[in-house]
Amino acid sequence: MSMNQTSTQNVSEIELDRIKYRRAQGLKSVAISIASTLVLVGAIAAFLLTSPGWKQVQESFFSPEYFIKSFPAVLNGLWVNVQVLFFALIGVAILGTLLAVVRISKTPVLFPLRVLSQFYTTVMRGIPMLVVLYVIGFGIPGLGIFGRIPATTLGTIAVILSYSAYVAEVLRAGFQDVHPSQRASARSLGLTAGQTIRMIIIPQALRKVAPALMNDFISMQKDVGLISVLGAVDAVRAAQIDVAQSYNFTPYIVTSVLFILMSVPFILLNDWYAERLRKRELNGGVV
Amino acid sequence: MSEQNSAVLRIENLRKSYGKTEILKGISFDIAQHEVVALLGPSGSGKSTLMKCVNLLERVNDGQIWLGDTDITNPRINQDEARSRIGVVFQQFNLFPHMNVLKNVTLAAIKVHHWDKDKANDRALELLDRIGMKHKANAYPDQLSGGQQQRVAIARALMTNPEMLLLDEITSALDPMLVGEVLDMVKELKDQGTTILMATHEMHFARTAADRVVLLRNGVVAENGTPEEVMENSTNPDTIEFFKHFVH
Repeated sequence: MSMNQTSTQNVSEIELDRIKYRRAQGLKSVAISIASTLVLVGAIAAFLLTSPGWKQVQESFFSPEYFIKSFPAVLNGLWVNVQVLFFALIGVAILGTLLAVVRISKTPVLFPLRVLSQFYTTVMRGIPMLVVLYVIGFGIPGLGIFGRIPATTLGTIAVILSYSAYVAEVLRAGFQDVHPSQRASARSLGLTAGQTIRMIIIPQALRKVAPALMNDFISMQKDVGLISVLGAVDAVRAAQIDVAQSYNFTPYIVTSVLFILMSVPFILLNDWYAERLRKRELNGGVV
Repeated sequence: MSEQNSAVLRIENLRKSYGKTEILKGISFDIAQHEVVALLGPSGSGKSTLMKCVNLLERVNDGQIWLGDTDITNPRINQDEARSRIGVVFQQFNLFPHMNVLKNVTLAAIKVHHWDKDKANDRALELLDRIGMKHKANAYPDQLSGGQQQRVAIARALMTNPEMLLLDEITSALDPMLVGEVLDMVKELKDQGTTILMATHEMHFARTAADRVVLLRNGVVAENGTPEEVMENSTNPDTIEFFKHFVH
């Protein structure tokens, strides 16, 4: 707004006329967007309300009674998701960084790891998350060496293994986006290759890929709900248990609402940060 | 060979190719202590490649580079240590954008030379004070003008008292208005006895500030002498032609 605020004092007639015109145009576009929103919302509402099964759908998905009844159990389950998310976040940060650093390294000692890391990121990104969960969740206990492992732990491991591959690729792109002259400059000061990556390349790369990383984080936040397939009683599983007893699907809506509420702060944070980066990089321009 | 003991840098028959293109075809010259040598030559003559080889950012294909008594082209030596003995300033400043001025200047002292943090900060602030940048110690590179950034980059290169400075076209990316402040700083360094090898296109500066001028042409040393000898009294037609472009 501040950019468009011109003092009306000490400006020419021409500018006054332009301000008047822009104001009129602004009002016009606000009116149009309100109208088009109303039309769209109306159309969707009309479509739903006039459909023959709406009454039953409303009854089985949006029942206030079941909403209140299932809320405590689902909220309790969500706590499991939050814990899994927390540990997965730490695990992904560590494993993803390692994979990315190995991939950009040039040390001959790391050659086998470099190939392995490339293979890993390629394969892992191709496997559906659900399959990774099944393989880890039922495969590792099947080996019979670790004894009984809680389903939440297995789920966390699966999420870490899968998301590390995505995060590693984002980080690698970030590392390669830091101009080579930064590396030259660091090495010319006598910093070792490792110090250069740690102190010069990683901090700059993280800034560049922060929005993409946050996007992966938001995506991971909802995918932790998949650990329910291993039997961990998280929010999704808690809802499933309720549904199985009552044949009413409202608990799923409760779960969705809670997951959305959990992700909104991070989505807003991501938007804010991306906007800040954009403003810093694009100087001016109104189109 | 009387100056053998005082040579800070000795380049001997240096060769460097990229693929099949030979850029440096046997370069040899010395730089004595306290000497300022201007490295001149048209684009593509190999100036930048030579600078990169001296700083071990490129591997040479043949020949040797002696820094004092160390052959720094010898792969058996610690290359990181050799790099840290030479201060480099680049055309594009290359300050670290995520660190403030003070951090940029003290980084190598603390992390490479293991100085005490207080000692490093004191030394850095003293250097920044001398170049009139002390009030910007907490500023980030993108808050500084090009000339200010380049002066900070010079301070960063000087921080740990390197045996010599390599200045790689340090004024080429600067606005004409800002060239002066950077060149004034180089003159001051010369007066303090700093050994300098500078690749440059500033002919007037080379003539007035350099002790010696080395002119590269097609990957070989075409001229090596005092500014008068090379820039005014050379009888080589190509040399005369080259300097004619810079006489205004």
